[in-house]
Amino acid sequence: MTDTKGNAVTLALGIAALLSLAATVVLGLSLPTTVEQDDYSRLIAIHPGLAWASYVAFGVTAVASVLWLWPRTRSRTWDLVAGASAEAGVVFTALTLLTGSIWGRPTWGTWWVWDARLTLSALMLALYLGYLALRRVPADEDTRARRSAVAALLAVLVVPVNHFAVEWWRTLHQGRSLSQLDPGRDLDGIFIGAMFLGFLAMTLTYAWFVLTRLRTLRLEAELEDVALDVALAERRAEAVEALT
Amino acid sequence: MDHVVRLRAAVCLLDRFPALAGVDLEVDAGEVVLVRGPNGAGKTTLLRALAGLVPVVAGEATVLGVDLRRRPRGVRRRVGLLGHGTGLYDDLTVLDNARFWARAAGRAASDADAALDRLGVNGRLLSVPVGRLSAGQRRRVALAAVAARRPALWLLDEPHAGLDAAGRDLLDGLVREAAAGGATVILASHELERARTLAGRTVLVAGGQAVPDPGARRETAGVA
Amino acid sequence: MWRDAVLVATKDLRVEARSRVATNQVLPFSLLVLVLFAFALEPDRGVLRTAAAGLFWVAVLLATVLAVSRSAALEAGDGGRDALRLSGLDPAGVFLGKAGAVAVQLVALELVLGLGVVVLYDIELTGVGTLAVTAVVATLGLAAAGTLYGAVAAGLRVRETLLPLLLLPVVAPVLLAATRASEAALGTGVAGIDVGQWLGLLATFAVVYLGVGVVAFGPLLEDS
Repeated sequence: MTDTKGNAVTLALGIAALLSLAATVVLGLSLPTTVEQDDYSRLIAIHPGLAWASYVAFGVTAVASVLWLWPRTRSRTWDLVAGASAEAGVVFTALTLLTGSIWGRPTWGTWWVWDARLTLSALMLALYLGYLALRRVPADEDTRARRSAVAALLAVLVVPVNHFAVEWWRTLHQGRSLSQLDPGRDLDGIFIGAMFLGFLAMTLTYAWFVLTRLRTLRLEAELEDVALDVALAERRAEAVEALT
Repeated sequence: MDHVVRLRAAVCLLDRFPALAGVDLEVDAGEVVLVRGPNGAGKTTLLRALAGLVPVVAGEATVLGVDLRRRPRGVRRRVGLLGHGTGLYDDLTVLDNARFWARAAGRAASDADAALDRLGVNGRLLSVPVGRLSAGQRRRVALAAVAARRPALWLLDEPHAGLDAAGRDLLDGLVREAAAGGATVILASHELERARTLAGRTVLVAGGQAVPDPGARRETAGVA
Repeated sequence: MWRDAVLVATKDLRVEARSRVATNQVLPFSLLVLVLFAFALEPDRGVLRTAAAGLFWVAVLLATVLAVSRSAALEAGDGGRDALRLSGLDPAGVFLGKAGAVAVQLVALELVLGLGVVVLYDIELTGVGTLAVTAVVATLGLAAAGTLYGAVAAGLRVRETLLPLLLLPVVAPVLLAATRASEAALGTGVAGIDVGQWLGLLATFAVVYLGVGVVAFGPLLEDS
């Protein structure tokens, strides 16, 4: 029976995540402002990290789905990991879009830039939402797991296709792009450092989120198992009644 | 001797509900077995499990030599299931439907034509879209589709329901022919009088389990 | 597998010929969408002409959702999926057959829609060869992905609303690529479009989804 309190690993992870997040914020806020972007250049501390975490979440969902589909490694845990990772992924993707939008606004004057990365993230969000909607539909556990796994893999397959499509599309237009806001080589190393700290912080936060959510999902599933045993017993009693 | 059907403590779940909670059953080739029991007892699930449609999650289950727990799909081609739904396409004619399903099973169109004829579906009726037929007529077409497959194991779920007197006679004839030809027939029915004349023995299913019918001539007390 | 694919494709197309859903409902709907675009975008400012390729493909995408939904609904009726599972048909063949039937219907629809765009949006038809190739390759991808998602959403009670949500984000790159290639052919896009690149993307998409469909359709069919 899964422990309801959470174990040492998760706790350590949580503390590490919290600390690194705090460090990122502090470091980010202490970054010098740049001539072109003013305060907004500080977003480099968290925006790329959020994007990175959203890709990681996507990848984990895909890998967990494969592991579930493969008969030899099939286990309920993988299905739950896929679901938990997708939930985290939605949050990170939405935040990626939000911070991307805020970052681009002062430079381009609009709330949205149709650049390759943001567009890809928007599509990923749509894919995630569809996946989560599929998971919510009431169905047999096995059925739901199988369909979600297939949907996850289909979504993953389309990501590289989307990437190239959007990439080629936007270069046709030489339009606005967030990548133009990225620091060039000539910026201080401190910006790069803040970015990597952001990567670390987001990854830790993602991991902590998934593990915690996984525990809750496991407990829910175990509750259903107990209900099944009760149902079996009741069914047998019904038979005894009918046959005597 | 190898049984055509061998179930030991078989458990089948329908969306977490134990429809079959430990069934023991043995059927030999050429037998006609009647399965009866109250509504919700698990008769339909039993038939579907034998067709390899519902996974058996515990116990042993072997049908026509195939282990249903490991290869549930292995048995499907040799089985003919007449369930509650017909699986017919409403927009296609009777003939198109029967021929499609016969060809899908690897049989010829002529097998479909013959089966339809055997069940009294002929003439003008053949070119009517299935959606316009009455329920009883549709049942006959569905039955013909099963017959055209020439299955080794017939699984009939309340086959008499909806058929008129002529249809029922044709059905009985079909069952007797099949059994005489070495096929095995398991039918679930509430039409006890009629079915008992067809069947060699009766099995009572209740609460997801099966036992030999305590008495062919008397109703079991307490059955709903 | 191919034999089964042809069998299923002809069956699906025969159903369409009898029920005429695509011609009576999907086609008028798509044409209506084209007209509505004109309402929204003011025909006199030349916007329609510039956007024609994109609008055409958006209309096709919406039609795909309907066509695929209809294709999945054929077997959604009582007993339909059971019958398919029991039929003895190779699931990969069923996938290819259904996707093929959808593709044929879509191509026919595109021909009429194309005519509609030329007339309604005042387009000069150039680069017909490129347009044709683009349409065929894009349609294969749309049909494959659509049929696959039709299976993913099949049997679930909210299939009608879930299917577009699942399918549309996935076929977004097809919309993108097909529009760019069409624009290049018509001369309404930006300069320097590499048609080969976009066609390559469409072909990759089609191959990937056809491949996945062949493999995944069977397991998806198995869940009841």
